[in-house]
Amino acid sequence: MEFIKPDINIDFVGRRKFAFAISLGLILIGIAALLYRGGGLYGIDFAGGTVVQLRFKDPTEVKRIRQGLKPLGLERSAIQRFGGEGEDVFLIRTDISRSELANLSKEVKDSLEKVYGENTVTVERVEMVGPKVGKDLRQKALLAIYYALLFIAIYISGRFELKWMPALIMAGALILGVYALRTAGVSIPMLILAALVITMACCWVLRLKFALGAVTALIHDVLITLGAFAIANKEFNLTVVAALLTIIGYSLNDTIIVFDRIRENLRKSRKRDFAEVVNSSINQTLSRTILTSGTTLIVVTALFILGGGVIHDFAFALIVGVVVGTYSSIFVASPVLIAWEARFASPQGRARRRR
Amino acid sequence: MKDLRWRAALVLAVLVVALVYLLPTVGQELPSWWVKFFPEEKIHLGLDLQGGMHLILEVENAKAVENTAERFAQELKDELGSGHIRFRLVERQGEDGVRLLLPQDQDWQQVAQLIKDKFPLLEVVDRKVSQEQLQVILKIEADQVRHIKKLAVDQGLETIRNRIDQFGVSEPDIRTQGENRVLIQLPGIKDPQRAIDLIGKTALLEFKLVDEQQSVEEALKGKIPAGDKIYYGRRVDPVTGQVSRNAYLLKDRTLLTGEYLTNAEVRIDTQYNRPYVALSFDDRGAKLFEKVTGDHVKERLAIVLDDNVYSAPTIQDRISGGNAIIEGQFTMEEAKDLAVVLRAGSLPAPVKILEERTVGPSLGRDSIRKGLFSMAAGGVLVVVFMVIYYGSSGIIADMALVLNIILIMAGLAALRATLTLPGIAGIILTIGMAVDANVLIFERVREELRLGKTPRAALDSGYSKATLTILDANVTTLIAAIVLFQFGTGPVRGFAVTLSLGIIASMFTAIFGTRLLFDYLLQKRRMKTLSI
Repeated sequence: MEFIKPDINIDFVGRRKFAFAISLGLILIGIAALLYRGGGLYGIDFAGGTVVQLRFKDPTEVKRIRQGLKPLGLERSAIQRFGGEGEDVFLIRTDISRSELANLSKEVKDSLEKVYGENTVTVERVEMVGPKVGKDLRQKALLAIYYALLFIAIYISGRFELKWMPALIMAGALILGVYALRTAGVSIPMLILAALVITMACCWVLRLKFALGAVTALIHDVLITLGAFAIANKEFNLTVVAALLTIIGYSLNDTIIVFDRIRENLRKSRKRDFAEVVNSSINQTLSRTILTSGTTLIVVTALFILGGGVIHDFAFALIVGVVVGTYSSIFVASPVLIAWEARFASPQGRARRRR
Repeated sequence: MKDLRWRAALVLAVLVVALVYLLPTVGQELPSWWVKFFPEEKIHLGLDLQGGMHLILEVENAKAVENTAERFAQELKDELGSGHIRFRLVERQGEDGVRLLLPQDQDWQQVAQLIKDKFPLLEVVDRKVSQEQLQVILKIEADQVRHIKKLAVDQGLETIRNRIDQFGVSEPDIRTQGENRVLIQLPGIKDPQRAIDLIGKTALLEFKLVDEQQSVEEALKGKIPAGDKIYYGRRVDPVTGQVSRNAYLLKDRTLLTGEYLTNAEVRIDTQYNRPYVALSFDDRGAKLFEKVTGDHVKERLAIVLDDNVYSAPTIQDRISGGNAIIEGQFTMEEAKDLAVVLRAGSLPAPVKILEERTVGPSLGRDSIRKGLFSMAAGGVLVVVFMVIYYGSSGIIADMALVLNIILIMAGLAALRATLTLPGIAGIILTIGMAVDANVLIFERVREELRLGKTPRAALDSGYSKATLTILDANVTTLIAAIVLFQFGTGPVRGFAVTLSLGIIASMFTAIFGTRLLFDYLLQKRRMKTLSI
């Protein structure tokens, strides 16, 4: 069976301006949503606070729960239905984190059972993170993202063009630059940004065009996934960061497949126009790009639908990441390559190729 | 031909080893001969799957230093007194200091000698002579402060472990984390609140005299006599059951502490059918107790636990033998837990909860069920898809997939890693990614076939050309997984483990395993066409 015919020839490259506009639009909307929500994006893992997951015996609604929490002064907590309709499971989140021994969940349960009756409320899950630990976890998560980006950037810059020397130079520049910034006391989000800027600059100066394309696609994917989270009104927690790192790793898969083919085709036919080679490479690998993403999408969708509330956001991040990652390997990574080639390939080189 | 046999043997060996590691998890009862020679470890489930409580406590070990300074101040006062040295004031200053005020005409050398002899751990950091007095600041040596802090955490850990052991939790995981944190994992705990109370109580037991000369009422108005302090006790009205707070004016000085306890157990007061806790002291404690009770007959002795007065009975007579009781108006359960914490000893410093994550057993079961269900659903969809799309080659890819999952599970058991809910998600993700490698190979083979190559040649070049791409694509995900493992905690770490295992296993099964099957079919079965 074949979904995509082997002789398929879609003009992806010709539509790259349109694709750029779409990507840019999505990223801007995402960034706007991120800025709008600001600190509200942090789940309790990072912001500190308490989440209590409750199961009610009888159907109920948010309003009534809120009423029941009034005696505790918790009526302003965020209360939301969790899991599917028909399941009377609710999440209560407050900013309070109690370091004393008095257990908030017990108070919540007792207070609600006064309204609903004895033994009608079950505490299924409690997560309390103090502000100190929240800060630690935030730091750890950001460092994880930073190191993942760093190692992957170094790997792909070396691997794509088998230029390990420039990759080493880049690694050195990254480590030095970031070390300098760190001793200067720059915050980690800024550090990540700096590392990305240094990476892009290095790719530029060292003429690592494939790495430049891949890193651009990577940033594109992460930004859009983050934006999707902000728009879908979801929170960042530790598992979402895990999903994000997986996306960083996985979104490169498709890019690598396409890039490998481009290099192979360039070796074969040096005479053809660069953009043409890129376009036919995308077409030749289109079927595997779609299929590999497709199988992964099947399983994460199964996880999203059937996996239950605890893993829901994680699956959501992966779905967005896989879809955007596939799109970007066709419409972002390769066009960046073409843009680079069009602008910077030496005129002599181009002339030689034309001949 | 020979080469094929070797490869088959390798794959078979890997499979057998994997199954050996997996059997304890799948099997019901292991025969005794098995246990002797083979692993019996089941795959360990994380707290999010089996239910339980995860706590991170901070030991406020600065308080332990403070207590030591306080004790030094007290002892210095006694030593100065028995050495007939006049002094105006001795008190703790800050976290680790002692402030000493002497009359101006007091010979400093005499005091300095005494401090040097009796308190080698204190050093003079400042000495100021003013018109009428001499002020000396002493500090505990920095090395010693570090030692006290470390000891407080170590002892705290030991005490908590004791308490949990007596409470009865199977397979608790208790360890220090960083400088002053303790990580506690209690699987399958039913009453988290009770566990927290039990673990977190400082359980500092003190015996103090009630100051009968002064009135509590006056003190409550703000006129607290020197050397006294107000404490409160809980009183439950036996008739109405109402809880009230009772104020006591106690002499600040502690006569005896719980450190001399050898045992504490619950007994029932037959007259009122109420539980109480019976205490036994060791020899030294017994002597101290005898002296205290003998010196203060007809006075009231308050039993204070963590700054709460439990009872303050009047001493009727000198008590020898080293037995005492704590009566409070507690329930059976409270009395039991109190006995446990007293037996296990007090924490050298108070603890604070920094992080708590509790998952009820029903949610854990629910998570396993949903996780496995989505794994099955995703798996079946992928398996069916591969067969429809690639025909019998799809079946080969599916066999590799099954082997892949077996290898991940076996890897978990062999590494004694913990399976968490994100870990299950990692396996699910690997199912999708494992067939990716085969898709890459198959697509490449199809391409080669279209160029008119024979199945044999197409497979050869398909595998060799796709292998590098597969490696590349997997390395980046592996980098992310390894970083995640390094920085992640608990559930996330479980994800990093299954993802890494899955990637490594999938490279083996997709590149090596499927190739073997194809070669077998082409060479042994002399297959002429390729269904791909």
